[in-house]
Amino acid sequence: MFSQIIFILLFLASVVFFAQNIKKIRRNINLGKPLDRTDRPKERWMTMMRVALGQSKMVVRPVAGIMHIFIYVGFVIINIEVIEIIIDGIAGTHRFLSFLGSFYNFLIGSFEILAALTLLACFVFLIRRNVLKLKRFWMREMTSFPRSDANAILITEILLMTAFLTMNATDSILQSRNFEHYLSAGAFPVGGMYAALFSSLSSESLMMIERICWWFHIIGILAFLNYLPYSKHFHILLAFPNTYYSNLEKKGKFTNMDSVTQEVKLMLDPAAVPPEGYQSPTSFGAKDVYDLTWKNLMDAYSCTECGRCSSVCPANQTGKLLSPRKIMMDTRDRLEEVGKNIDKQKKQREASGRRRLAEGLTAGGGSQRIDDGKNLFNYISEEELLACTSCNACTEACPVNIDPLNIITEMRRYLVMEQSKMPAEWQMMMNKIETNGAPWQFAQADRANWISSVAE
Amino acid sequence: MSKESFQVLTMADFSAKGESPEILFWVGCAGSFDERAQKITKAVAKILHHCDVKFAVLGTEESCTGDPAKRAGNEFLFQMQAMMNIQVLNGYDVKKIVTACPHCFNTLKNEYPELGGNYEVVHHTELLQQLISEGKLKVSGGNFTGKRIVFHDPCYLGRGNNVYEAPRDVIQKLDAELHEMKRSRSNGFCCGAGGGQMFKEPEHGSKDVNVERTEEALALSPNVIAVGCPFCMTMMTDGVKNFNKEDEVKVLDVAELIAQANEL
Repeated sequence: MFSQIIFILLFLASVVFFAQNIKKIRRNINLGKPLDRTDRPKERWMTMMRVALGQSKMVVRPVAGIMHIFIYVGFVIINIEVIEIIIDGIAGTHRFLSFLGSFYNFLIGSFEILAALTLLACFVFLIRRNVLKLKRFWMREMTSFPRSDANAILITEILLMTAFLTMNATDSILQSRNFEHYLSAGAFPVGGMYAALFSSLSSESLMMIERICWWFHIIGILAFLNYLPYSKHFHILLAFPNTYYSNLEKKGKFTNMDSVTQEVKLMLDPAAVPPEGYQSPTSFGAKDVYDLTWKNLMDAYSCTECGRCSSVCPANQTGKLLSPRKIMMDTRDRLEEVGKNIDKQKKQREASGRRRLAEGLTAGGGSQRIDDGKNLFNYISEEELLACTSCNACTEACPVNIDPLNIITEMRRYLVMEQSKMPAEWQMMMNKIETNGAPWQFAQADRANWISSVAE
Repeated sequence: MSKESFQVLTMADFSAKGESPEILFWVGCAGSFDERAQKITKAVAKILHHCDVKFAVLGTEESCTGDPAKRAGNEFLFQMQAMMNIQVLNGYDVKKIVTACPHCFNTLKNEYPELGGNYEVVHHTELLQQLISEGKLKVSGGNFTGKRIVFHDPCYLGRGNNVYEAPRDVIQKLDAELHEMKRSRSNGFCCGAGGGQMFKEPEHGSKDVNVERTEEALALSPNVIAVGCPFCMTMMTDGVKNFNKEDEVKVLDVAELIAQANEL
């Protein structure tokens, strides 16, 4: 009874804490500008099915892709076991689902095989990161936290899987001894194999190990759940909505700035009358996270820092400062900073609100930008932005359809249109387009000169 | 086939006759002014003429599509260019456009519709593919028979617009050996010119992008590096020069391959 109460309290506390963090992330994403991505629902579902559920872009690199599928399938399927653990924990039962009979044996058997495959994949991934030191895991932006974040996730998964298999191993011996409530249930193709290690132990010790593993497994899972919102590992949740809301247009098509269209129309046609209530746009491009769309911000939270984008980026691969992964990491870091500022302000408001309430005044609302003297440019430099060739290799490589190029473009728009900050050569190129209709120093009148020598 | 002289007509010429062409050949700035790219332009014109395609150019009425301005972040300049071009194009009631520049292609095809310019836009390799499949263009290997050809995907044709097969189909007709770099099609590696890079010095790094890409192509010991973009042409040609291979390895546009094979 006592353990049931502990379990229920732990479970509720972790669910509530997790929900609070999700709410914050949702609020942060919604700080972005509106963007309609609700069109073509069928195509969106298909994209999500193919890319997120079907892992189609992961397997482009077969070794990492297949290992990732082991962990992914293991994670999804083994979570069915968590349902049983939760029921057992609340009701005080043992292997509640065992009434399913041979189907239960099949379930537990397949969980065990997947757990073993997950273990294998986690070891391979740890080796790739820490022993083979694959280049993309050691780039400039992979500072201490991004690296330890990845290792923490892998080690946690290894511990969880080991606890799960050990729980089954000891349980299988207890079952064979007909000990207390350990009824014969489940098939243990993996745990059964190393049960022999424990066979000399007394039933009481075995039961203790089994219980410790059970508790470790479930507490581990609840802790892991609550680590997600702080980690790059959040991709396991956001991969699905993020692929659903993918950009379905041709990759070559850049967004049209409607605010500019209206201005240009007025400029080209002096007789044009601006629509009623028309106001000239006040800002162009992105200076801070507020100027990006919610999809850009969701992209940032969906990034698991695998670095496939940067490993195919022509700028990055030739030693330039630009790394598309860093663009995403920086966007998330800045967004988190803005989120914290909002939380801080809210707390202060609440405190002063109480005071004012006591004085008979009402608290003022409104959620305008909080000026902390910082913006995206404190994280991302002009040099990085200028190095992009807009080749779309990064968007093609991303396994969850993140679009770093759109953020780069929006920030370039800010630099060029708001600040007139650009290399002198670009300034020249633009001047030439404006005056000659070509980016070079040639006269418009000479454009057709090649015609005279066609048949030479 | 004999070389014949012919006159390239402008939209204004057609208009004056009260006629309209089947297709507008959008030449682009590089194709109009860059000496090397002019050869691509002429090859396209010769092929179109050879296939009896009734085509016209805009001549001095053509202006930059605004692509480099847009990629660099100057949306104002882009839209100014776009709207002026759209005025000209719509004035001539243009329906179909072919261009040998993937940047013009992408911009005209994907970014002009929202500003009121709706046309059927094809890349010249797509048109060549179509002319061949319709039997209007016959291709035999000519001096390319048995030669090793490597095709470099232009980003704005390949990843940007999912056109991967048209240039390859056309090259395959040459009885040559088409070789693929490891980074090809959707994994293609940029030549380094896109996103406004063509018009400025690269940022500090360990290598130039075009050198990296040319190295990859040269590793396959090709006789020809085939391209489908005037900017890739510049970058790959410079890359080949960087390795002092310009005597052994030619950089040619797909249209030039076809024109030369047919001795046009």
